[in-house]
Amino acid sequence: MRELTYNEAAVEAVAEEMRRDPKIFYMSTDAIGPLLKEFGAERIRATPITEAALTGMAIGAAGCGFRPIVDWRQVTFCFVAMDQIVNQAAKIHYMFGGQVTFPILYRAAVGGGGRVAAQHSQSPYSMFMNVAGLKMFLPSTPYDMKGLLKTAIRDNNPVISFESSRLMARKGPVPEEDYAIPLGKADIKREGNDVTVVALAWLVHEALAAAEELAREGISVEIIDPRTLVPLDTEAIRSSVQKTGRLVIADEAGPTAGFSAEIAAVATEDPATFARLTAPVKRVCALQVPIPYAPVLENHVFPDRSRIIAGIREVMSPRLSPH
Amino acid sequence: MQTPSPNLPPDQQLEMLRRMLTIRRFEERASADYLAGKIYGVVHCYIGEEAVAVGVCSSLGPGDRIISTHRGHGHCIAKGADLNRMMAELYGRQAGYCKGKGGSMHIADFGIGMLGANGIVAGGIAIVTGAGLAAQMEGKGAVAVSFFGDGASNAGPFHECLNIAATWKLPMLYVCENNMYAAQTAAAATHALSDVSARAAGYGIPGVVVDGNDIFAVHQAASRAVDRARSGGGPSLIECKTYRWRAHTERPGQPDSRDPGEVDEWKRRDPIAQLERQLREQGVLDAAAMDSLEREIMAALEAAVAFAEASPFPLPEQATDDVFASTPPSPTSGGGSGTGLTA
Repeated sequence: MRELTYNEAAVEAVAEEMRRDPKIFYMSTDAIGPLLKEFGAERIRATPITEAALTGMAIGAAGCGFRPIVDWRQVTFCFVAMDQIVNQAAKIHYMFGGQVTFPILYRAAVGGGGRVAAQHSQSPYSMFMNVAGLKMFLPSTPYDMKGLLKTAIRDNNPVISFESSRLMARKGPVPEEDYAIPLGKADIKREGNDVTVVALAWLVHEALAAAEELAREGISVEIIDPRTLVPLDTEAIRSSVQKTGRLVIADEAGPTAGFSAEIAAVATEDPATFARLTAPVKRVCALQVPIPYAPVLENHVFPDRSRIIAGIREVMSPRLSPH
Repeated sequence: MQTPSPNLPPDQQLEMLRRMLTIRRFEERASADYLAGKIYGVVHCYIGEEAVAVGVCSSLGPGDRIISTHRGHGHCIAKGADLNRMMAELYGRQAGYCKGKGGSMHIADFGIGMLGANGIVAGGIAIVTGAGLAAQMEGKGAVAVSFFGDGASNAGPFHECLNIAATWKLPMLYVCENNMYAAQTAAAATHALSDVSARAAGYGIPGVVVDGNDIFAVHQAASRAVDRARSGGGPSLIECKTYRWRAHTERPGQPDSRDPGEVDEWKRRDPIAQLERQLREQGVLDAAAMDSLEREIMAALEAAVAFAEASPFPLPEQATDDVFASTPPSPTSGGGSGTGLTA
């Protein structure tokens, strides 16, 4: 199968959907070259740096029958548009009794590793998960990126595509034929029996490396990639934990009120899953600090395969068993 | 001095009077029912500013779209919203415009191009600018109108949207209802310039001040701006100087720092009384016709209240409806089984 980068898979998804549906148009503070060349300046709009306006204009255009895509580029830039995201986009369908639909795709790069310091290295998706009325996903592979993005563009609601900065240039297989991946469906990235690791984006790959290393010691790791954050595939997570009895959650964001906390709750509040746990849930997250610039500092803040291995060893330790 | 009546057919002038009076009587009833505990939360009245919404909306066609503010009843009625469904929404009933999910601050009727009242000052300006972009892309000559207050003119989206609308020549009217107060705070204490319209110069678009209590002045300014927008000339900013007769909300006992003499002075410039007088002087309206108009409006409001009261409250479990819209299944979905890790 041919390979595309994560970023190329995203551009291909947008282009295919724009060819299919003339109601789709794209707004971003810089136009994406290949899209501009194919679709022209009317549909690929280079805009002023006015994320609040763009985010809100997408809502109005969607309510009038269009299917806008707004590319915030870095998630950090969308914070100036929080009124439009939280008060308007998330609530408008509900608040007006479902009169019309608001199909909007918002795109935002997240995560660190780029040595670009605190404002450009954030993973704030749990802030948005907390707001009712928004769907969102964070893919780990080019295949998932393309399939989820196509579904999101076809969805009749505001959807946020969080996209990992670290993975933009990473290659992976993407079929030539048309396909789409449903929102709300997790993917088992590796099957195993001893411990479940729920990981997102770059940490899926770190978890895979960790699993490979631990396999040599006879520890069998199952890796669940939720892919979609809202709606969350709770069933896939619970059934994996029911099988393994142990849960490690790896997230590039800090732990406080985060995605990792939600996954821990999904597992522990379910009686059938809780009954099968043989060790406390372990979270392997970024330190709860703004992301620093110097490589030695940034590397210290983020979790990686070695911390995932340490987390797995911790939950595998017999002394932790409650039984 | 009122603007002389333009060459509008008498029927249209009477319809303007009807809509203005309907707004006023609707809100008087809403306020009374709010105080009686039949309407919940908060009610913001537009009374005193009726000439702005009606003057602008009477220059629009059915394909044109507007957006409103937290003080939204007037814009709804001016654009032709159904009084029954409005009142049912205020009553929190299933038959309301928003199935009881929105209330006074969130009435919308997308079917008539009313894109919603909005509880965030300046929150609607960007949304309706998107409707202006949609109108431009549709290419059918429709326009979009943003109603907002003097307070919103100090918020970022006002400036962001004027710039982008001017740059892209969007078919937009930005209508500032300058009632001189943002809640309790005087505009004089928060604006560097006394005229919001002067800011239009910064974006290279027309900016005019009109007497917002003079419906024909509003109508003429709006009609010029609509013509300009429809013909591809881009957006305009119209500042309507007006006044809110009532306190910021209908909640009893809230502070109102305004000078009572100032309120009285503006009440003497009642936009409805001024239009009524003009129509009487023209011989379009007499006392009997005015009585009959009042009776018709009161009957319509009684019917709206009866409609609201006859509609059931939502079921508690309907609280979880409409968080998301449904999406038809995609013809190619289902390819979710691959891991995307290896070919």
